[in-house]
Amino acid sequence: MLQLITFSTLNGVLYGMLLFMMASGLTLIFSMMGVLNFAHASFYMIGAYFGFEISRRIGFWPGFIVAPLLVGVVGALIERYGLRRVHKFGHVAELLFTFGLAFVIEELVNMIWGKLPVDYRVPPSLDFVAFRLFDTTYPAYRMFMLATAIAMFAFLILVLKRTRVGLIIQASLTHPNMVAMLGHDVPTVFMAVFGVGAALAGLAGVIAGPALVTQPAMAALLGPILFVVIVVGGLGSLGGAFVASLLIGLVQTFAVAINGSLKDVMGPVATTIFGELGGVTLAQIAPLLPYLMLVLVLIFKPTGLFGNRES
Amino acid sequence: MSETIRTTIAFALFAIALALAPVVFPSGLALTMMSLMGVMIIFALSYNMLLGQTGLLSFGHAVYYGLGGFCAAHAMNYVARNKLGVPLPAIPIVGAVAGLFFGALLGAVSTRRAGTVFSMISLGIGELVAAFAGIQRSFFGGEDGIATNRVKLAPFFGYKFGPQIQVYYLIAFWCFVCVALMYMLTRTPFGRMCNAVRDNPERAEFVGYSTQRVRFQAFMLSAMFAGVAGALAAINFELMNSQAIGAGTSGQVLLMTFVGGIGHFFGPILGAMLITFLQISLSDITKAWMLYFGLLFILVVMFAPGGIAGFLSIHQPLLRNGRIFKLAPSYLMASVPLVALVLGMIALIEMAHHMLVEAASDGAKMRLFGLAFDGASPLPWLVAAALFFGGAFGLKLVWPRIDEAWAVAQAEGKKA
Repeated sequence: MLQLITFSTLNGVLYGMLLFMMASGLTLIFSMMGVLNFAHASFYMIGAYFGFEISRRIGFWPGFIVAPLLVGVVGALIERYGLRRVHKFGHVAELLFTFGLAFVIEELVNMIWGKLPVDYRVPPSLDFVAFRLFDTTYPAYRMFMLATAIAMFAFLILVLKRTRVGLIIQASLTHPNMVAMLGHDVPTVFMAVFGVGAALAGLAGVIAGPALVTQPAMAALLGPILFVVIVVGGLGSLGGAFVASLLIGLVQTFAVAINGSLKDVMGPVATTIFGELGGVTLAQIAPLLPYLMLVLVLIFKPTGLFGNRES
Repeated sequence: MSETIRTTIAFALFAIALALAPVVFPSGLALTMMSLMGVMIIFALSYNMLLGQTGLLSFGHAVYYGLGGFCAAHAMNYVARNKLGVPLPAIPIVGAVAGLFFGALLGAVSTRRAGTVFSMISLGIGELVAAFAGIQRSFFGGEDGIATNRVKLAPFFGYKFGPQIQVYYLIAFWCFVCVALMYMLTRTPFGRMCNAVRDNPERAEFVGYSTQRVRFQAFMLSAMFAGVAGALAAINFELMNSQAIGAGTSGQVLLMTFVGGIGHFFGPILGAMLITFLQISLSDITKAWMLYFGLLFILVVMFAPGGIAGFLSIHQPLLRNGRIFKLAPSYLMASVPLVALVLGMIALIEMAHHMLVEAASDGAKMRLFGLAFDGASPLPWLVAAALFFGGAFGLKLVWPRIDEAWAVAQAEGKKA
């Protein structure tokens, strides 16, 4: 039991940190531009594929550095030549634009790398056992992922709270007009934030690719969960996104690990009360839980756990 | 001509078109396509009741379409098993009731807010129901879905609805009824209130309406019509699977509605017909058809947010005062680079697709637009790139002329 709890916590925190790498960018972009970027998980996917392509040709480490940068450039270009154009048509058009973009990116990935998962592997330098606890081993690559995510988190906090750039970004979140009045080029700030957000999602893709599966459906699988994270945490709140990421990471990991059903707890009575659903295991319900949380949060506290704005 | 007469004529023409379509296009493929178009027209119009009329962007409209379809499929099986005297044409009513019921149930929670929050809730509920469909196997049938047999129901004046042509007329009948009802709804005070809630919720509240209640009512009605569409789909395919309820279908209805144009009542009808036509005809020709859809959607969002209907309607005043021919020369001029651009893009996509996906098994030889060539040689790539960039550049050159022609035509129209 203790073993289960320890490893599930570890995996849950890891998954949560991975979610946060994407959710942080998404929530920053949202609070600055009011755009809920449907294509954010697509940047994560492009990151994984770029990482795969570079690691296949040169090596994992160059990919680790270059792929996120490339994704950042792609993101900035999309903001500059796509999103900014649609901006004048309003938020619905922006949302629809990113929706179409996610669609196109998935099809492009389908076309270039095929529908099947690609063989993106953990680099040999990280392919060893980190530690052994209760007779179960924990791979070093997962520790590396955790370290990367934490380093990124620290970097983000540092930039936002301790630098001048961070100050301008924070100001643009709440008072974009005032920031523009003071002579800052707000559109460029937007483009930069969009690019950096895309790059962070790309970084998440590069490190998650080998551990999870690199396939064209990975964006569609993760995208809606990201929305759950930023809505549950409170739109525009970085701290909220952090807490919600960990919460959802832990909930999903534990739900999969526990694997019990109502029948196991209540006995055969469960089947008579709930019918077929009595025999459904918690692991089967796991994919449902985040959305249940989303709907409940939106009904009872539409601002999210830590947010202060509704839309 | 008064508006009532014009509308009556338009609906009479619509009815005649629905009735004569199988005479003009009698082939099996055309019948299948037109049946599906009828279903999609209802579905897209019901979606536009939310997006276009009430300003609610939903990412989970397939839930009501799918649930309507599943309930209809179960109802058909139940009726057939117990030999009840219910004929097939009554089954869409089951879909309507199911749509209305689930619309009321889920709409009560999701329409409390408008804007982005509504979109997010609809997405959440959509994912929730889709995930639930994977668990609850007895109702949703798991991977296989729920199969049904429309011929097993009581005959309707001797018709058993085995042949596709009979199904087409069944769908056409319901399509006409739903389109007429939805159109009439936009003309009622309630329909106007929906527009008010979309455009200026604050003022709507001041006039004394609860925006939340208006949204809720619009949502329920929209879900009801989506349920009818789902039931017709169940009758048409004799199969409902969980794909119908998922995010893909929700995305598709958004796509067709928006491409058709959300600002006009007839927009979604055009969108549903065009997208269904493309879907069936393109999927045979190219494997990258989903990519074309995505690109088409993005282009419409970026350059023509009014969709096809919006594009057509800006020409209407010019057509009425006879100035439309003023635009013809510049349009003709623009069409040359436009065609080059589109051809170049298609060629680039198809060649890239062939070389990246199929060349490994089929070799580099390929055919496109009736031409056979080697995809590995540089010449076709150069030609395609030249068409694409030349077209883009040409379009940019011609654009000011179109603007100018527009200005002239409009100015003359005002003078006249």
